[in-house]
Amino acid sequence: MTAIDERPVRVRRVSLRVTPRALVVGIVLAVVLFVLSAVSMTTGDYPLSVLDVVKTLFGFGDAGTEFIVTTLRLPRLLLAILVGAALAVSGGVLQSLSGNPLGSPDVIGFTEGSATGALLVIVLAHGGSGEVALGALVGGVLTALAVGLLAYRRGLQGFRMILVGIGVAAMLTAANSYLITRASLQDAYAAQAWLVGGLNGRGWDEIWPVAIAVVVLLPLAFGYGRRLALLEMGDDSAKGLGVPVERSRAVLLAVAVTLCAVATAATGPIAFVALAAPQLAKRLARSAKPALVSSALMGALLLVASDLVTRLVFGEEGLPVGIATGAIGGLYLMWLLSNQWRRNRG
Amino acid sequence: MSVVVSVSPPVAAGPPAHRGRARALRGGGLVCAVALLVLIMLVSLWVGSKSIPFGSTWSVLWHNDGSADAVIIHDQRLPRTLLGALVGAALGLAGAVMQALTRNPLADPGLLGVNNGAAAAVVSAIAFTGVTTVLGYVWFAFLGAAVASVVVYLLGTAGRGGATPDRLVMSGAALTAVLQAYIGAVLLIDPDTFNQFRFWNVGSLSGRRADVLVQVSPFIVIGIVLALLLARPLNVLALGEQTGKALGAHIGRTRVLGAIAVTLLCGASTAAIGPIAFIGLAVPQAVRILVGPDQRWVLPYSMILSPVLLIGSDVIGRILNPPEELQVGIVTAFLGAPVFIALCRRRKLARL
Repeated sequence: MTAIDERPVRVRRVSLRVTPRALVVGIVLAVVLFVLSAVSMTTGDYPLSVLDVVKTLFGFGDAGTEFIVTTLRLPRLLLAILVGAALAVSGGVLQSLSGNPLGSPDVIGFTEGSATGALLVIVLAHGGSGEVALGALVGGVLTALAVGLLAYRRGLQGFRMILVGIGVAAMLTAANSYLITRASLQDAYAAQAWLVGGLNGRGWDEIWPVAIAVVVLLPLAFGYGRRLALLEMGDDSAKGLGVPVERSRAVLLAVAVTLCAVATAATGPIAFVALAAPQLAKRLARSAKPALVSSALMGALLLVASDLVTRLVFGEEGLPVGIATGAIGGLYLMWLLSNQWRRNRG
Repeated sequence: MSVVVSVSPPVAAGPPAHRGRARALRGGGLVCAVALLVLIMLVSLWVGSKSIPFGSTWSVLWHNDGSADAVIIHDQRLPRTLLGALVGAALGLAGAVMQALTRNPLADPGLLGVNNGAAAAVVSAIAFTGVTTVLGYVWFAFLGAAVASVVVYLLGTAGRGGATPDRLVMSGAALTAVLQAYIGAVLLIDPDTFNQFRFWNVGSLSGRRADVLVQVSPFIVIGIVLALLLARPLNVLALGEQTGKALGAHIGRTRVLGAIAVTLLCGASTAAIGPIAFIGLAVPQAVRILVGPDQRWVLPYSMILSPVLLIGSDVIGRILNPPEELQVGIVTAFLGAPVFIALCRRRKLARL
């Protein structure tokens, strides 16, 4: 069905094949994201007008407003957008490569690996937030390498990678639970707080690594998006169409892993965005193909909206956003699944 | 999938003589597995932080003379071992039934939200009712597991298409996310609850006395019987919905009964010893590689070999670093995962 709808859109020499519906979905998501960002910047303990925010952003605000906008709200919003987009694209690529909606970094162990790295730093070395982030990054990347190497056997096969990932994840989950029982209550509590994942108390220091990763890697992922669609057709078909299968897969995997690890290092594991955003984007676009751009927008949207809701309900430094993404994303997916099934198959 | 319809399961094809030999081989294997289980149970009775010679372990087991050794064996090691056998069997069977039911080799109580349902209920119990004992957790965990299974099942069967594998797994993932958010929120708000929950959450056989065994065994026994009775209908289900219906199978009934069996088995075992990763996923997977996809063999093999892994892990956890114990949930994961990964690598994946 999508193949028939598809129209090539040419902008000078760049040609993109998009369905009209996917384009509309992308635009709508971007608009909603923009509106939500505006709402997020203007609401809080000190309500601001949009005009105040804009003036401050261009350097014409008073000192108090400037502090609220550039030190408190803007970094938080940017981090939410960047982490949301990074997780969503990571999830989208991995789900597509493994040919399974479960092939998201949450399920195949990368997130658990990041958590193990962070927990080791918290529980054994009592490290500060920078060291914890580094531990998470190293843990995530090492786990991804281990899963990749263990699953490699004359090429990487998606289904085998999920199985191996689940095995590794089970081990790491056990190790994490064990570390939490071995720690003092205080360390264990800090570890648990990190495990939920949140934006509280993060500033520009956490943003730069994610921003650099996103700016470099998202275009790369989008550029490989078409190859991803061809890879989904199977290795032989993809090879027949001239796709360098192994190299494309390796590049895409590396991109997905790095995005996930960097995002997790910045905020802790934020549940469900990587799993849900690509699925939601795909369903909205009614597309059989991986829709990475809409996924990125959807991920950012999910995280910004969840953060807004948590702040409104529980106050500025209340519950971490990871709880809201889990609850909102989960409930929405439940509703979407049952609704869609009722309509399509009913 | 091939459209060839055969009433007997695909593995049974082949000349009759060959089929008979295969059956004898599998039967013999099952006897060996039972022997292995008995052996590992004896080891579990014998090994512990207080060293008791095997001879006196054996004699005290049959004649409870009231000595200190007899008290240790009868009050601690025997219930622990029996509980390990029962829970292990339940976990293995639950995994096998789940995988057959959803036709998804990845199905597992953890993935379908059942463990998290139990965990959410235990967290609620600790936080809001002041329950502090394992015995107190049992009913809550059981209720939580049951509710989670029902929700996932209802969600997976919404609409007329029935419960397909990806629907069920997606429903499980969605519910898991919601439950984990709830658990995370309660634990962050209430440090005391967190301090209790973190010890339940690793999964352990230690400190479980005979009363826990007595409480959960009726549920597990009913679940086991139900699961074993479903072997043949599950085989028909494996041929696909259309073929199954054409053969006159009651697809809906099989699904409902299977879901009930899984709930009983997972709920009771998670309630008894906490969430145990991996056994329900790994053992049936390995068993299918060993004996093929026929559920009449997969189910009994899973039922016998899972407790071997569980009790074996418990024994290893006890001897690694005495007098401290490594919880069984950690050992199963570290023992099961490498074997499982090796199997995934070595063979063509045993798909359903």
